[in-house]
Parts: sequence; structure tokens; C-alpha cells
Amino acid sequence: MSNEMTGAEMVVKALAEQGVKHLFGYPGGAVLPIYDALFQQKELQHILVRHEQGAVHAAEGYARSSGKVGAVLVTSGPGATNAVTGLVDALMDSIPIVVITGQVPTHLIGNDAFQECDTVGITRPCTKHNYLVKDVNDLSRILHEAFYIAGSGRPGPVVVDIPKDIQFAKGKYTSAKNVQHKSYKPKLKGDMAKIQAAVELMKNAKRPVFYTGGGIINSGNEASVLLRELAKLTGYPITSTLMGLGAYPAADPQWLGMLGMHGTYEANWAMHDCDVMICIGARFDDRITGRLDAFAPHSKKIHVDIDASSINKNVKVDIPIIGDCAHVLEDMVRLWRTSSAQPDKKALADWWTQINKWRARKSLNYTKSSDVIKPQYAVERLYELTKDRDTYITTEVGQHQMWAAQHLHFQEPRRWMTSGGLGTMGYGLPAAVGVQLAHPKSLVIDVAGEASVLMTMQEISTAVQFNLPVKVFILNNEYMGMVRQWQELLHGGRYSESYSEALPDFVKLAEAYHAVGIRCSKPGELDDAIKEMINVDKPVIFDCLVDKAENCFPMIPSGRAHNEMILGDAAESIGEAVTEEGKMLV
Amino acid sequence: MNMAVIPTTTHYPSPQTDEREQRRTLSVLVDNEPGVLARVIGLFSGRGYNIDSLTVSETEHEKHLSRITVATTGKPMVIEQIKHQLERLVPVHRVVDLTESGRALERELALVKVAGKGEARVEALRLADAFRACVIDATTESFIFELTGKSDKIDQFLILMEPLGLIECSRTGIAAIARGPEGM
Repeated sequence: MSNEMTGAEMVVKALAEQGVKHLFGYPGGAVLPIYDALFQQKELQHILVRHEQGAVHAAEGYARSSGKVGAVLVTSGPGATNAVTGLVDALMDSIPIVVITGQVPTHLIGNDAFQECDTVGITRPCTKHNYLVKDVNDLSRILHEAFYIAGSGRPGPVVVDIPKDIQFAKGKYTSAKNVQHKSYKPKLKGDMAKIQAAVELMKNAKRPVFYTGGGIINSGNEASVLLRELAKLTGYPITSTLMGLGAYPAADPQWLGMLGMHGTYEANWAMHDCDVMICIGARFDDRITGRLDAFAPHSKKIHVDIDASSINKNVKVDIPIIGDCAHVLEDMVRLWRTSSAQPDKKALADWWTQINKWRARKSLNYTKSSDVIKPQYAVERLYELTKDRDTYITTEVGQHQMWAAQHLHFQEPRRWMTSGGLGTMGYGLPAAVGVQLAHPKSLVIDVAGEASVLMTMQEISTAVQFNLPVKVFILNNEYMGMVRQWQELLHGGRYSESYSEALPDFVKLAEAYHAVGIRCSKPGELDDAIKEMINVDKPVIFDCLVDKAENCFPMIPSGRAHNEMILGDAAESIGEAVTEEGKMLV
Repeated sequence: MNMAVIPTTTHYPSPQTDEREQRRTLSVLVDNEPGVLARVIGLFSGRGYNIDSLTVSETEHEKHLSRITVATTGKPMVIEQIKHQLERLVPVHRVVDLTESGRALERELALVKVAGKGEARVEALRLADAFRACVIDATTESFIFELTGKSDKIDQFLILMEPLGLIECSRTGIAAIARGPEGM
């Protein structure tokens, strides 16, 4: 029979059938048959990373920037355990990836064989779903199911663990069109009665606010278009979580900026004082809500989410709507148009007057300097010099990430890749590698901190090997800046282990990797240096030496409410702003 | 494992409510595949939910379906979370809250070993008869009783056996089903 083939060949065939063009991976004993099959084909390009964590983050970057499911191939044991951080990262941020792990031969499972680990056991709480393949005739079905599960509903990572003997065994290949999952069928359409009630509540709102999140981006570009349409129809103000930036254009006057712990003054105050909150594709994370009993205390809340378990988890809402953002937004737009009720124009005008007062506070302002590069200034200049280009941004985690979120203004979805839920230092560089593969002609910049980027620095080697001209823009303050900021605010300025001792010379490091190194320490030279970085058609490590003492503001101190946020120019009082209880929180 | 621990303070101070903890029996229809029980148990332990009782067995062989009956306690918001989190697991077909439906039957089976002589032995046998427990093994100085019923009936039986020479018992956990002609 023609569809008889080895398990390894099935893996390659199934990936190709699923439209995978790039497979991020690292070989090892338990996946050698699959690597042999890869060697003999031309449909898939294998991207050799330098560490399995990098493979998963690269696949995440690829998936987030393209909307496709990312694919990873790693070996058993340490290959699988190294991938775990990436799996949890993808789970927390709802990123669709399929990770294929090799496993020791079936008869050795449980024997503590060389490079054996209980991959399905370890990854069970780290994935949306996982499989151990025990029969080669199930393999192709499982792979197709894995792609379906990863990409549908609330997206997430799926692991398929394939023992080596299954890779060698021959069996029948099942095509994707013949595979249908028997129990997993997420509900896309929202309940019409609830959507009707939501639109009615929105029409009667006096102080409404849209609070949107990564769900809009995951739902597809259609959702962003519909969100813009609904915002235009209503004229209501709109803010977003870190994950949702770009779904609504930052240049629009209705945009309030990001909300949450380091969000803008106007966004957080609007959330606190609103009477109707329209939450779409966000999950009331603790970085967003701050103190729960003082979270938007006078509001009725509408919550649209495809995951029923996100609803009423942290915050009790009045109108829960379970469904896909794009589907529900489409219904909302239609009902808004057909309903005869008119919003209270006078109340809305008053609301906007109030919002503009908050806006006038200019909460993202910082003290400018002519002799030292302020990190905010560096990000601002980066934005000015890249905004007219086809640019994608990734970040690491920490102060630089928040400054990037505050000062880079995204106009389109899928342009912003950052580790939000898990907060994984070392995410940005490998993610940039994945983004650049998905968008070979675009400008891809990893806004980094010197501490974060050293966690996965080896992936610059991947970028060099595959001619991926990613730009690593390091805001180098020689500190784990966010750790240092918290130590300053909460621990009496005792900077325990947060100083980046013995840093490498990043320019020489770049050169050692056959990449390009650029250093800049003077504000007057920054623009030219950034232009040089953009114009080099090679991977660049840009060592931007910034003010070492700068803190990230505005900030809602732990355990405080939205209306108790601290601004940069009033920051002296912050030590007292954190209560004893607040110090317990992360 | 801290399965039984529900944190009294959340990460962030939450509004004080007078919502009481409730006990619920959930019936969960799952694909009978390797690891499915680990997924359910891992969900409960990982998220700090309680498991008071857990029973699992294949119920429909041709369709490869198993039924998990889990008894849990929690505040209403937590109970709602537990149900949604279970529904989110890929091999889970349905979750039914049997307590909420109010029309559920719950039974448990226990095997109880009692050793004793003389009057205590006679008394144990008499009580077993009153509880409709049957003797499934006997020596001259011990009995093993098989008893089915609601959990509190078994609890009561064990209390009575305690002074009469209770050695050990093995309980199945709750099996539960809704009344009436409809299936889940």
C-alpha cells in the first residue's frame, strides 16, 4: 500500500501537510530516525537552535507574528526538559505550538534508560494537551489532532512524545482531512441573549471603557478590524493589556495606552472610575487588577472569552459571554447598529473631559538628560526611527520590556511579541529568530536588557547561521533593573545580587559570533547608531549604555488600587506607598 | 501534596464575602486513555482544590469512555472554576454537577475487617445485620463485612465497629448517578 511508511516519515509528511515550513529543533539519540527523514526531503526547513528553550521561544515568535502553529522537534530527556520553560510560556500566553519530543524505545520506558524522562508526566501541567504515541498507526492521527488542538479554541502548546521504535516502525498514514477530534470542539458563537444584554448595557453607559487583551490578537486579524469598528461606532475609550497591544492603533485618539501595574495614568483611572467595563479577550490578571476589592468598584462588567474558566476566576462579572472574540464582536457591531437606543452624549462628553484631564498628567514623562541616555529616550528614538518601516518587536522581561510597551506605539496586531504571563527572561532573542523567519524582509528588533539576553545569548549563533538579521537592542544599565527597582522600593535599597557583575563586552561578543556589535553611550550619537543598526543586513547586538538608576514609572504599588498609582515625578513617596501586606506580593 | 489546603488569603486581598463552602459531587465523562486520571488529579492539586472522594472506572467499553465521580468542597466561585477547568481538559466530554441537579443518588461500598471474640463478636454480627452488611470472609476470631450505602451510613457503621474490634477498612469512594430516564 502506498500510504505505508515509517513513523519518522509520517512525522515529516504530517508536518508538511499541516503547512509547516520551518521546524525549530535540536537533534539527539531518540529523534535520529526523524532527523534522517528530514535529511531526505526538501519541503521543511530545519532551523538548528543552540538550546531547546530557544527552539520553543523561536516557534512562539513564529506563531505569534504569523498566526500559524509553530513546530518544534527535540530529543528525549534533557531535550524535553529544556523545552519546558517554553511550553509554560506558551501555555500562559496562549500561543499555538506543537512540540515533538523523542522518547526512548517503548520497551525501555520506565527503566531509567539513558536520556529517559517522563515527558508526558512532566509536561502535563505545562501543555494544553499531550500525547505518548504507543502505536505507529495512531501517529499521524495524533499529529493532526495536535495541530488542531494547539490552534483552535484558546490556543496553547501540545506535546507529542514519540518513542524511537515507533519512529522506525512501519504503519498506515492518515491524512489530515480524515481526522476529526471526537471531544474537543470549542464554542465560537456567543450566546445571543447575553450579547444583546451587553449591547444594551453599553448603550446606557455613562463612563464606559473597553479593556482588551491578547484574545483579540489570537482570534485573528478580523477581530482587530471589528474591534476598531466597534470602538468607532461607540466612541468609547479603549485600553489594553500588555498582550493585546497593537489590536487597536495607538495613534487613535480613543486609545488610552496600556493599563495595569506600569500602565498609563489615564488608562488606570478610567478603569477605576468606569461604570461599564467591556472586557474582550483578557483575563483580569493580577498585574491588571491590582487590589481586587478596589478594582473598578462602581462598574458593571461584560467579559468576552473563549475559555469559560477565565470567566469569574478573579473578578465576578455581570455579563459573561463565552465565545471567540471575532464572532462576538461581529454580533456586537451588528446589534449596536440595529438597536435604536442612543448613548448619553452629555455623559460621554463629561467622561472624555475627565479622561483628558488624566491624560494631561502625561504619566509617561521622564527627566530628560543631555549627557546620559535615558532608557525611555532610547526606546523613543528607536520608535521614531523605525515607525515608518515594516517592524516587529520582541522583548525580554523587566524594565526594558515595560518601557518598550509604554514608548513603542503599535498600530497593527502581531507586531509585538513579549512574554507576558510567565515573564520569561531570555524570551526575546530566540523569539526574534522565529519572527524573522516568518517575515524575512521585515525589521525585527529584540528590545533587551543585558541580564535577560545573556540567558539565551547563544541563539545569536542561530541567527548568524541562517542569515537572520535580527537586531538585539540592549538597554544596558548593568542591573537586573526591575529586581533593583523593587529592592529600592521595598527592601531599603539593599541590592542583593541584582548587579550584573563581570558583563561581557557585547561588541566583542557580537564579533565573536560573526555578528555586528555597536555601542552607544551618548544621547547625541544615538540616532546615528540606531540608523547604522537598521541598515546593517546582519544580526546586530546594540549595546546601549543607559542611566543605571532609572526606575520604571508610572507604577501601581503591590496591593494598591488603580487610583493609587505613583508617577515618576512623585516617586519619593513610593517607599511608604507599599504596605506590609503589599510586600508579600510579587 | 497539599490537595486539602485552600489558601485563606489570596495573592491580592479579595473582598470579604460570607459565601460558605459547599460540598458538590461532580460526574465527569472522559476518554479512557492513559493519563486522563493524572490530568484530573493534577488539576485539583495544581490549583489547590479539594478532593474529598474520587472514583473512576471504565463505563462504556466500546466508546472507550470512563466516568470519574469526584466529591469536592469549595466556595461557589471555586466550584464554578473547578467545573470549567475540568471541561477545558481535552479528553473530558462532559461535566455534570450532580448536587446542583438535586436529583442524584450516591452510593459507596466498604469492606470492613473486625476482629474479636465473645460478646463483641456477636454484637458486631448483629449490627452488621442491621446495616444489611454481609459477611464475605470469616475466621473464628474475625469477620470481613461488605457494606454499601451512602457515605454517612458507612461512617456510622465504622463508628459502631470501632469498640468492637475494627481492624481496617477499604472504601471505594462515591459512585453517583442522576435519577430519571435521561443519561448524562
